[in-house]
Amino acid sequence: MNAALLIIFATMVLALVLGLLAGRGRRMDLEQWTVAGRGFGTVFVFLLSAGEIYTTFTFLGGSGFAYGKGAPTFYILGYGSLAYVISYWLLPAIWRYAKAERLHTQPDFFARKYRSPALGVLVALVGVVALVPYMVLQLKGLGIIVGTASYGAISPTMAIWIGVAVVTVYVMVSGVHGSAWTSVVKDIMILAVVLFLGIYLPLHYYGGTQPMFAAIDAAHPGFLTFAPKGSSIAWFDSTVLLTALGFYCWPHAMGAVYTARHDRVFRRNAVFMPLYQLILLFAFLVGFAAILQVPGLKGGEIDLALFRLSIKTFDPWFVGVIGAAGVLTALVPGSMILITASTLLANNIVRVAHPAMSERAVSLLARALVPLVALIAVYFTLNGGATIVALLLMGYSFVTQLFPALIASLLPRNPVTTPGAIAGIVVGVAAVTALSLTKATVGSLFPFLPDVLKDFNVGIIAMLLNLATLAVVSAATRGAIDLRGPQRLPARK
Amino acid sequence: PFLGILGGIVFANRVTPYLFGLPFILGWLVFCVLGTA
Repeated sequence: MNAALLIIFATMVLALVLGLLAGRGRRMDLEQWTVAGRGFGTVFVFLLSAGEIYTTFTFLGGSGFAYGKGAPTFYILGYGSLAYVISYWLLPAIWRYAKAERLHTQPDFFARKYRSPALGVLVALVGVVALVPYMVLQLKGLGIIVGTASYGAISPTMAIWIGVAVVTVYVMVSGVHGSAWTSVVKDIMILAVVLFLGIYLPLHYYGGTQPMFAAIDAAHPGFLTFAPKGSSIAWFDSTVLLTALGFYCWPHAMGAVYTARHDRVFRRNAVFMPLYQLILLFAFLVGFAAILQVPGLKGGEIDLALFRLSIKTFDPWFVGVIGAAGVLTALVPGSMILITASTLLANNIVRVAHPAMSERAVSLLARALVPLVALIAVYFTLNGGATIVALLLMGYSFVTQLFPALIASLLPRNPVTTPGAIAGIVVGVAAVTALSLTKATVGSLFPFLPDVLKDFNVGIIAMLLNLATLAVVSAATRGAIDLRGPQRLPARK
Repeated sequence: PFLGILGGIVFANRVTPYLFGLPFILGWLVFCVLGTA
């Protein structure tokens, strides 16, 4: 067994032990398992929310996208900052309502706000469909990390099975408490590793960042700026805006919101999260450093850029440390996804079909569904070929369709009716599915448009169709029947 | 932050002059992120 493999396995065991210890001494009912009894303070909520930024997407996707695409990677730096600005007002409003109504999941929020269990089921289905590619992203990254960092001693497939087994066990036992504890170790490791790599590699190979970028610009002119067509500034703006709106529409992101002890946590986090986001810059620097040092990676191979350069540069034991940090970036977000997906299925789909189910039965079913959700994710991981960034963008396109109905529900007088919300989401998701399957672009659908509009992210079309449907159906059904009851938010606590 | 990131990028889309040792466009985005905080 080589040194790298030993360090990676030790980290997996540490994650398992920490995850199991986190649940010790607690009665794991649904409230504790999914939202930690709503008792987390600023640090844990920060770490669970930051789990959204520091996944394998940061580690491999960020560096790989910088290596393969250049300037379009910069959208990753932009959308988080705008999402945090929105979060200052959005998250406290969601939290206050969720606490007053004792909600556990994102579909609970929609079902209660619109007084419609059917809408809750629809949101749960959209959530599960979006979470699968997000989980696949984590497992795909896990396979790449362990397979490469172990110098081939462990195959990516074997690594995926081991990782899934570890995360399934601690999620079933400790729920969100396990995710919170392991996220502390993960964030310390990822901060140290990404900062070190992002500073050291450009210095080691080029003498600094400026000489590195000058060398890249000389070798690949235009690589570091947006092109006039294709991945242009219009693409950047539309993608940043869409992903910023979808940032807190992920079911597990909303689950992390519910764990907070009070609403000031979110306003405080909105100040510090943008600074934390800057760690992404150092992941980009690793990818840029690899361009001239490990040339020739194409297609899905670009996700390997960070590890190919690390193996070329460092001793095996240090590659093991990098791999260990990478493993945690897959396991911790993966655990949140498993908790969320299994709770959505148990609480918002099965329970709606069987309303007599007790809270205890729902809790047991949610935990029993964890291995099933994990197996589905493994199946798609082993049978799919998309790159990490492509998978994330697809998931975002789905969850962003929930944004209009979410925002409308928080207004003092909600202008959207229940049929309007349902119709808008259905049309938006159908449009995303059709556009993804046909690989259509705005330019291919509307060739008569000016170039600047042709480059818009195709998700904009789905969002516009969603909004138009929502407005028309709401106008047609307003006053016909008011299913929603009072919409007023509870007073600020 | 919205004006800086979505609007400012139109004027910042170039490599030189380097900002914080980064291409101007990336340096501008880093400035916007710090400004957001």
